[in-house]
Amino acid sequence: MDPKISIQNLTKVFYKKESRVTALDGITLDIKDGEFICLVGPSGCGKTTLLRILADLEKPSAGSFTIAQGKEDRPLQSMVFQERGVIPWLTVEGNVSFGLKMRHLPKNTVKERTDYYLEKVGLDRFAKLYPKELSGGMKQRVSIARAFANDPEILLMDEPFAALDEQNKFILQEELLNIWSETKKTVLFITHSIDEALLLSDRILLMSAQPGRIVGEKRIDLPRPRNMEEVRADPLMAEHFVDIWTHLQDEVQRSRI
Amino acid sequence: MGDREREMVTDPLLMEKQEWKKRQRRHRLKQILTISSPIFILLLWEVLSRTGLIDARFFPPPTEIIGTFWAMGMSGELFGHIGISLFRIFAGFLLGVIPAIVIGLLMGLYSPVRHFLSPLIMAIMPIPTLALLPIIIILFGVGEVSKIVTIAGSVFFPVVINTVAGVINIDRIYLDVAKNYGADSKRFFYKIALPGSLPVMLEGIQMGQAIALLTIVAAEMMGANSGIGYLIWTSYKAFLLKEMYVGLVLISFFGYLFSLLLRGLQAKLLPWR
Repeated sequence: MDPKISIQNLTKVFYKKESRVTALDGITLDIKDGEFICLVGPSGCGKTTLLRILADLEKPSAGSFTIAQGKEDRPLQSMVFQERGVIPWLTVEGNVSFGLKMRHLPKNTVKERTDYYLEKVGLDRFAKLYPKELSGGMKQRVSIARAFANDPEILLMDEPFAALDEQNKFILQEELLNIWSETKKTVLFITHSIDEALLLSDRILLMSAQPGRIVGEKRIDLPRPRNMEEVRADPLMAEHFVDIWTHLQDEVQRSRI
Repeated sequence: MGDREREMVTDPLLMEKQEWKKRQRRHRLKQILTISSPIFILLLWEVLSRTGLIDARFFPPPTEIIGTFWAMGMSGELFGHIGISLFRIFAGFLLGVIPAIVIGLLMGLYSPVRHFLSPLIMAIMPIPTLALLPIIIILFGVGEVSKIVTIAGSVFFPVVINTVAGVINIDRIYLDVAKNYGADSKRFFYKIALPGSLPVMLEGIQMGQAIALLTIVAAEMMGANSGIGYLIWTSYKAFLLKEMYVGLVLISFFGYLFSLLLRGLQAKLLPWR
């Protein structure tokens, strides 16, 4: 089967007068259709840059990538931004329907899909509110609903839960898995939380500190649906946790020298 | 001690009610203070003027100013001045604000336009529009147009500068969201650029409104035969100080009124703030 996302030798250099920083160095990667991938690495390792390139917000310096187009009228990708990405002057409804409206879809389709995902994330009662009236967790639900409602080929998520408190994080992670299991979309998810990666992923990719390379991967075969207790109780997961932890420690040490 | 303890245990509600009343009282006190300062000054003025401690020829007591106001209103003379001044303010305000918003948005959205126009705006802005009045009169004659243009000129700058700032200070992440979700330029404008820049733009319009009032008075003092500014100036020259004060009070009143109206408009246009 052809990969859903195929990345060849992707390199990104940030060039300024006095400095050049190699953020990504020859990333080559295939992701299968329906796979949930977490990218884990020390901060500043270029995870976000990789995601922004796939999201068409940044141009690669060299290399290329393809995202396989399934249905004709689908957008290739949608991004779940961090909490701040919810647009304050649009209502909850306006935010969730944003992508659909940008694509000039017929009004009733927009309404139908918006309502469906508002209900999915439990925000149907808050549809007419502005984001200022929402908590951090609710805002992040808006961001997730916006991306799923857009029905893209793949979903890109840039540390969507980083700013949330622990309880909200757990709740939202499970909700995300629920919605995801319905659609089985290919997801590329950035995180620096190892627990989060273990809970969510089919495969975890480990990145090195600058220049960003993919230096390892872990397959997570825990049956779905999963929850955090199972992940914590599983001895193999505990082993994975320590492995990833050590890798991160080493990378952080190395980048300091 | 026994009594007191029982009171606190049995009646938490009463306790909170008293606290609440205390807070209400404090709130009311603040409101009273806000109203009391102008009243206090007016009273002081009245007393000092009536007792001759300040010269009543220069500082006629407020009650007499009110009397003069009434008399001028009854004779209909006052409304003519108010009407013509308001017309000039509104016309000049619109003539300044509309191009300022259009040019400001263009400058904010297209950086070549911004780089091309901003030196011109920066160079012309510091020149007081009133200093350009002779030129304006040469260009537009001594009629209404030159007064309207004078006001428009001074309203234009704060609005254009704030509109540009409003657009370019929109958080980058919203631009990313728009791009990622495939907004075309028309939708980008209506969904992101315009609403995102509106708060700062409205601040500029609020400033423009204040400047319009400052300018109208000065413009009418220099070349007019009607309007509130003209009233102030001629009354002063004829030593009719009560009439002059009526003009000053009117300016103060309209300034306050316009601020309130614009605040209301702001609340209507920015429900998400």
